[in-house]
Amino acid sequence: MITDAPRIITSRFDNADSFTLAGFEATGGYQALRKALSMGPAAVADEVKTATLLGRGGAGFPAGVKWGLAPENVWPRYLVVNGDESEPGTYKDRLLMERDPHQLIEGVLLACYAIGCGQAFLYVRGEMPLAQERIAAALNDAYAAGYIGKNILGSDFSVDVVLSWGAGAYIVGEETALIESLEGNRGMPRLKPPFFPAAKGLYMQPTIVNNVETLSNLPWIVTNGGEAFAALGAETSRGTRMFAVSGHVKNPGVFEVEYGVTTFRDLIYAPQYAGGILGDRALKAYIPGGASAPWFFEEHLDLPLEKVTVDRAGSMLGSGAVVVMDETTDAVKACLRVVRFFARESCGKCTPCREGTTWLENILQRIQDGYGRPSDLDLLLDVSDNISPGITWPPKQTTICPLGPSAVSPIASALQRFRPEFEARITQAEEARHSIPVTITKASSHG
Amino acid sequence: MARLSNDNVELAREIIGRYPRPKSALIPLLHLAQEQDGHLTEEAMAHIGELVGVSSAEVLGTASFYEMFKMETVGRYMVNICTNISCQLRGGEELLAHAEKTLGIRPGQTTPDGLFTLEDVECIAACTEAPCLQVNYRYEHRISNEGFDQLVNDLRAGRRSDIPSHGVLAEVRQHIPEDRRAGVVTPEDKAAPVWIAAAGEGDK
Ligand SMILES: Cc1cc2nc3c(=O)[nH]c(=O)nc-3n(C[C@H](O)[C@H](O)[C@H](O)COP(=O)(O)O)c2cc1C
Ligand code: SF4
Ligand code: FES
Repeated sequence: MITDAPRIITSRFDNADSFTLAGFEATGGYQALRKALSMGPAAVADEVKTATLLGRGGAGFPAGVKWGLAPENVWPRYLVVNGDESEPGTYKDRLLMERDPHQLIEGVLLACYAIGCGQAFLYVRGEMPLAQERIAAALNDAYAAGYIGKNILGSDFSVDVVLSWGAGAYIVGEETALIESLEGNRGMPRLKPPFFPAAKGLYMQPTIVNNVETLSNLPWIVTNGGEAFAALGAETSRGTRMFAVSGHVKNPGVFEVEYGVTTFRDLIYAPQYAGGILGDRALKAYIPGGASAPWFFEEHLDLPLEKVTVDRAGSMLGSGAVVVMDETTDAVKACLRVVRFFARESCGKCTPCREGTTWLENILQRIQDGYGRPSDLDLLLDVSDNISPGITWPPKQTTICPLGPSAVSPIASALQRFRPEFEARITQAEEARHSIPVTITKASSHG
Repeated sequence: MARLSNDNVELAREIIGRYPRPKSALIPLLHLAQEQDGHLTEEAMAHIGELVGVSSAEVLGTASFYEMFKMETVGRYMVNICTNISCQLRGGEELLAHAEKTLGIRPGQTTPDGLFTLEDVECIAACTEAPCLQVNYRYEHRISNEGFDQLVNDLRAGRRSDIPSHGVLAEVRQHIPEDRRAGVVTPEDKAAPVWIAAAGEGDK
């Protein structure tokens, strides 16, 4: 269903001055902060709980509940903002940081106020200098205007927001790896338990890690109330959400839609969204929530973009990245590309992930290159099973973090659906090799 | 230049001062060194170790984990072409092949004139704008083969002053004014925040 729900987080995107303090203030900016200071921290946290704002970074955990997981009366607490956006297909946090940095900063302040965070760290992906500049400028202006720092707007609320950025590593998007990186270390995930950030995070203190889009919703929630937010969307998916639709569509783009009611078909085919498949070709498959998500097909098109529904159907909305593949797509090639990503980005800490993803890539590469063996398809599944026992959804893990099992998703999806395509590639290659006359060339003198 | 310049040392001290633990400043300082020299030199890493109070081995340990830090000279322009799934579907690999031809190098290599280094990279969060690339991390969206050649010509001819040389990231820096600063909060600061205590939620 396509609805006329208000745009909550992208409302300023069409304004030329959306990223300036003047542009922000002229459109209601920092009013939520003023309101919050008069409400008190507990009331702000309650509004967010009422809103049932699900995290937008991938796992979809309710923000209000997460905030409540920080152990009572253990201080200091930190807020860490995850702006490391690098899941293939995902494109929304960069837009929010570049086009509306003050909205994010206001969200950060609201969260710090409600949770009781003494300092916040805004971690932006290294490869995004424009986002870094826009946020730096916004922070400088907001400090000068009295919105950040000591005794904010004359109140007893004081917090420094520190801009930090990474240096190129997908795994640093994982919250415990991000914390390691913020401590100046190699970005390798920590084992959960015991290192759940809400209990033992940055410098082993209670730390709330939230995604950029999650926090960008807070000013609207505080201004309009948690109930107004919860009135939008479906039972388990409230508010609105940004989805990036890329791949073989006529009008690739990032769209903010009502969460939980708009369907994949709406998003992919409606003229106001992605506008249908290129050349009106048939759909082959689509990734519903970033490279880590199992693929969906034609029969899933009428599912709403709703967390629980999509989870039950065997995949996830993840980071809001819909990647569309039309009938001309080479399933082996697409699968290899996604697996190669995980092999390249494995941090190397756990053997099943480090070795397993590399083997998956090697096997797929030789199939793609025409050197596949008939036993390779079972071998792929066998290696997958060693990384993620049973190859189930949600995946079981033999690893410290979910990156390893994520590499299994494209293989399980593509092999289950397009196995004949893989088999044909192997058989054709065998036949081709037998039919090519073998010419023996003289070995070069270089050996 | 090798060690950090005096201006950069001053900046480095300001950055270190924002974190509860000096080592947290490591990545920002490594970027500063790379901005200064175009890549990371051993001397700069040793200097950063001194400033932060860790060994140069620890500095290297961190630096070597991250893709963006280069231990050797690279071209003035890093050309990073995305070939990940959304871009692959829209011609990213063909664009990379074209770039290899135009520049006469393979991914990972630098042109003999030292101007361009080519890389085949993972998703750069511009998937709806595929195929796309970054030059020194500045985006070029929906780029055709002709568009690519034009870009290379413009860079060669110095017509892209909007793209600084490799190592320079954000050209606007955060600066916390002394009179507005709330101050770092270290793990040793065990008291409940003032506004929480005042609201009577200190024992929550
Ligand atoms: C391998 C991996 C990569 C991740 N990358 C990101 C990312 O780039 N951005 C993000 O916000 N969350 C990412 N996450 C999820 C974070 O660990 C964390 O759940 C999230 O930042 C929490 O914020 P939220 O509750 O507001 O969604 C990643 C998780 C994993 C396992
Ligand atoms: S699963 Fe992979 S990425 Fe995650 S901690 Fe283990 S080795 Fe590192
Ligand atoms: S896949 Fe190329 S930018 Fe995301």
